[in-house]
Amino acid sequence: MPTTPYPPSPKAALVLDAQAIDRALRRIAHEIIERNPEINKVAIVGIPSRGVEIAKRLIENIGQIENVKLELGVIDVSMHRDDIRLRKSLSPVEVSHLPLDLEGRTIILVDDVAYTGRTCRAAMDAISSFGRPARIQYAALIDRGHRELPIRADYVGKNLPTARPERVFVRFEKTDGVPDSVWVERI
Amino acid sequence: MSNWTRKDLLSIQELTADEITGILDTAAAFKQVGAREIKKVPALRGKTLVNFFVEPSTRTRTSFELAAFRLSADVVNISASTSSLTKGETLKDTAKNLEALHADIIVLRHSSAGAPKFLAERLESSVINAGDGAHEHPTQALLDTFTIREKLGHIKGIHVAIIGDILFSRVARSNIWALLKLGARVTLVGPSTLVPREFERMGCAVTHDIDSVLPDVDVVNLLRIQHERQRKEYFPGTGEYTSLFGLTKARAEKLKPGALIMHPGPINRGVEIDSEIADSARSVILDQVTNGLAVRMAVLYLCAGGEKIAS
Repeated sequence: MPTTPYPPSPKAALVLDAQAIDRALRRIAHEIIERNPEINKVAIVGIPSRGVEIAKRLIENIGQIENVKLELGVIDVSMHRDDIRLRKSLSPVEVSHLPLDLEGRTIILVDDVAYTGRTCRAAMDAISSFGRPARIQYAALIDRGHRELPIRADYVGKNLPTARPERVFVRFEKTDGVPDSVWVERI
Repeated sequence: MSNWTRKDLLSIQELTADEITGILDTAAAFKQVGAREIKKVPALRGKTLVNFFVEPSTRTRTSFELAAFRLSADVVNISASTSSLTKGETLKDTAKNLEALHADIIVLRHSSAGAPKFLAERLESSVINAGDGAHEHPTQALLDTFTIREKLGHIKGIHVAIIGDILFSRVARSNIWALLKLGARVTLVGPSTLVPREFERMGCAVTHDIDSVLPDVDVVNLLRIQHERQRKEYFPGTGEYTSLFGLTKARAEKLKPGALIMHPGPINRGVEIDSEIADSARSVILDQVTNGLAVRMAVLYLCAGGEKIAS
């Protein structure tokens, strides 16, 4: 398991601890159930790597409330990004897998931080190459603003107003080997 | 973050084990693209790839071409007969012209070892070696190791026999480097004229007795007898070669259950391999072709993306 510095940077301030993250994800699970009467047609699709961890937790929470086991998907966005030459280094390309039949299903895309909206756009583009779901909704643990595209999150764990140069860190025991937490480094 | 910082892919010899593993992992993700309803991703949209094949090749060129299409790049094919090389233009001048047309990636197949490196050092475009003389054929080794890893789960500790014309084979050289770097054991098998003992210095075992090796290996990789590169004195003759080194039905029975049979193609049926064995369940020859596409997509993606350090 990879371990990263904890706190992620010396100047970072804690925004959410493990308990607060749990509460936010439980609330989002309730909202998803409320918004989707046919809950068994929903698949939760995470954007690697932390979006997948959040997706797993949402499936667990929804399962506890409604006694259903929703399907988990993983969608890699790296090969659908529009900024290949603008980035300093490439993020690893992950294997995507989605439910076999997307027709008539609701896909809930899950990411850790909603920011410019470009990741979400790339993910929607990637999903459409697998098929045509009935609808796509978007969930993010943190919404830090600064959208560059007309994209809005349907489910938000916490709105965190930031300045552009500020940095937001999401950490999970499962993916980073440090306690579940969200941090912001203010300028 | 991806560990790939190279502009070019010139040889396996210069890569680290981590870089090779990084390409294979990336290829696994690209292989999945082939299972989608729309088998095309926009990663290299707006980029131009030139397939520059000074030596004839159909499958490698087609594989690169299809890989580029699936990444949404534009592709131009140039072969020796259609290029101005036949009119006396030097390789460097031809390449400079390609660059002036804003080719982002040049895939080069050339009869001279080192030609891709020569271009890579002089051009800003990414250069991918698609086979240079008897030197290297890196994407072939990558697709072979990808196939072994996919079928057997890992490379470390696997025993691979490479059989045939090793001396003239760039496929063998690239495979030897890749397998040894990833921790496999390699035994080279063939007539002493085509498998000189010098290869032991690379870290391989060398033998001229195929029958003693077969029961111990997890993979046999058969190389094509390259009639076009042979001189008479090196080669015993087709019939004799088959009886001494061909993977016949009787020999295939000596293999461990689950051992893989590989061949980079094109196959000479009845020479290095019996027709029936080439079509048997153990043969992964067609998986190699499919995986070649995924590996080449990964290589193009890695070399064309991110900030590059000139090689």
